[in-house]
Amino acid sequence: MTVVTTAASITPVRRFDQRMLWLAALLALAILGPLLVSDYHVFQATQIVVYAVAVLGLNLLTGFSGQISLGNGAFFALGSYVAVILLSKAGVPYWITPVAAGAVCFGAGYLFGRSAARLEGLYLALATFALATAFPQILKLELFERWTGGNQGVVLSKPVSPIPDLLGNDQWLYYYCLAVAIALYIVAWNLVRGRTGRALVALRDHPVAAATMGVNVVSYKSTAFGVSAMYTGVAGALGALAAGFISPDSFTILVSIQILVGGVVGGITSIFGTLFGAAFIQLVPDLTKKLSEVAGALGMPALASKLSDAAPAVLYGVLLIVFMMVMPGGIAGLVRSARARLTRTRRNHVKT
Amino acid sequence: MSKRSWPVVTPVPKLAALTLISLGLIAGCAKKEDGGAAPTGGGDKSAAKVAPAAPTTPGVTATEIKIGQTMPYSGPASAYGVIGKGDVAYFKMINAKGGIHGRKINLISLDDSYSPPKAVEQTRKLVESDGVAFIFNSLGTANVTAVQQYLNDKKIPQLFVATGAEKWANPSKFPWTMGWQPSYRVEAKIYARYLQKEKPKAKVCVLFQNDDFGKDYLAGLKDILGDGYEKMVIKTASYEVSDPTVDSQLVTLQGAGCDTLITAATPKFAAQTIRKIFDLGWKPFHILSNVSVSIASVLKPAGLDKSVGIVTGAYLKDPNDPNMATDPGMAEYRAWVKEWAPELDPNDNSLLFAYGVSMTMVKVLEQCGDDLSRENIMKQAANLNKFTISIATPGTELTTTANDFHPFSQMQLAKFNGTHYEPFGEVLSAD
Repeated sequence: MTVVTTAASITPVRRFDQRMLWLAALLALAILGPLLVSDYHVFQATQIVVYAVAVLGLNLLTGFSGQISLGNGAFFALGSYVAVILLSKAGVPYWITPVAAGAVCFGAGYLFGRSAARLEGLYLALATFALATAFPQILKLELFERWTGGNQGVVLSKPVSPIPDLLGNDQWLYYYCLAVAIALYIVAWNLVRGRTGRALVALRDHPVAAATMGVNVVSYKSTAFGVSAMYTGVAGALGALAAGFISPDSFTILVSIQILVGGVVGGITSIFGTLFGAAFIQLVPDLTKKLSEVAGALGMPALASKLSDAAPAVLYGVLLIVFMMVMPGGIAGLVRSARARLTRTRRNHVKT
Repeated sequence: MSKRSWPVVTPVPKLAALTLISLGLIAGCAKKEDGGAAPTGGGDKSAAKVAPAAPTTPGVTATEIKIGQTMPYSGPASAYGVIGKGDVAYFKMINAKGGIHGRKINLISLDDSYSPPKAVEQTRKLVESDGVAFIFNSLGTANVTAVQQYLNDKKIPQLFVATGAEKWANPSKFPWTMGWQPSYRVEAKIYARYLQKEKPKAKVCVLFQNDDFGKDYLAGLKDILGDGYEKMVIKTASYEVSDPTVDSQLVTLQGAGCDTLITAATPKFAAQTIRKIFDLGWKPFHILSNVSVSIASVLKPAGLDKSVGIVTGAYLKDPNDPNMATDPGMAEYRAWVKEWAPELDPNDNSLLFAYGVSMTMVKVLEQCGDDLSRENIMKQAANLNKFTISIATPGTELTTTANDFHPFSQMQLAKFNGTHYEPFGEVLSAD
């Protein structure tokens, strides 16, 4: 009996420590990794950070407040354009642009959320889908061409490292994006663990009950949209800085789908799962391509040449389906249940 | 699908279904918008400068030249992926024949999903991770623009990009970038030359897509007609890509009393135009932009009988022309498809394009001799001297100089006769 009590009282502490340990390891990797690899890999890592922030934006909306969005790509685009226009037309220093992009996107997202607050489930998904589909067309309008560059897009000069002896341009941009991302993760962490987070989860799980308890449905739903759009917009701004070029073609509906895939794979109700989701959408398409090439080389050349371009896409699809079936809670869900199982066995051992 | 019941960890199956459905939807919409077509040539006597191999060029060894490109193998423009496959297949054939001066060409062709940020990433991978000597035939105006500054900063040749924008021919600002096909502006100049010569009294209307593509045509007409532009072109009308139809524009143009119509439109709108002017009973001399000449995707949907008499500028031979069955250049091309790319359709203009552009690339590398420095590769690309391609329109020649980065600047007009395009008149030049 005494043994059990002791175990129970120790576990939370140990778990907390363990989590901190993982977090520290992750941070160390994120900070030290880019010093050791080539510029191209640093650029890839920057993309992952950018996607992670975008996926986090979606998770806050879909995972925590239960509103499905297929249209976050539109906010990603809006954020990119706000940043680029400020940078190229108004001469604003690049490091402020994500802040401005976040503010504009918060407003746009809030307004959109407010007008869409009555839409539920699939209807909301369709409305957001329409938003993402229409947005690139709006960017092409001649009316805005003076700012958006129309179809041609805008080429940016990339941010230059202020300490070129220490960090290259790519590394500098990576650390800048990482810093912004860490700040946003801390905000998100606090948000979902506070009153707002509880209200959002209540809204998702049972809107009627939540309303009865005094949660202002419309206000919370539109705020969730605003915050989600803000995160996505900041990601868009960082993404534009990293890519050095934007055009309407950069923001097809595929961007929204990618963000959704990242959310689902990482675990839509998780904050740290977004990292896995981002890594997935950044790395897996190339991986599947490579895999199908290897398969081709390994002796199914006839089949491979026929399938060669379809193969990566099919493999990607199959992987997604497998992910859904094996770990419906995404990678974060898998980690969670594995940990639960491990601690349970450990406790059982203690008992016996 | 009420979300009410979503528990904390499992809102996912519904989302998963939604995700997969959306992915499926998107995979379904591949669109196609390029075209081009005509015949051949052959020779060359350019300087092969023999210098000691430059061991400093990345990707170049004694036995290999490693080059790279990005192509839309997935995404909205995946129909163009054929071009990348054609390029790879062409170099396979060259390698089987022993390569170029003993070096095999290793073309790394990566998917960019027709997305500029992806094109940036993949191009950087090619340059920084794979270490290619140069970039060849990457496709899409936005994607090429996205990496143009980067490649020019690094002094890496960006050769024969697969887009018709005029801006690739700007050697003073971007000395490392060059296009290949006749640009839209060059094409319009050729139409203007024809009208000036054969129909100086024509009353011309122009229907154009309201973007860079469409506006390049207006610019080309103005280049040639000069002061005469206002007199000859009596009315223009534009449409947006998002417009459902171009009916009202065509009614306006017909009302202006034109006897000649130049349509600078992408395939969907070109098909609508052909149909509408037929329905209006309007019979102008109809010039159609080369990007929309596909019989299968434009003329058939509009109605082949309604398309008779359409005129376009051609720079490659028409694989659908029965007269081409016995053409030696086309026979060679078909034999190549059969042996090296049997899964691809030889009647696809895109594949013919790949064949022609790869042939030009090989020519440039042959001219380089053993000096495969990036400077020399660019110098030789800008040193094509009346090079003729076996599948290009007879009489066309590719010439480039340090100040002229337009490899193709000639076309021959061709008229659709109900089954294929019949070339007529002489080869016209933009310059």
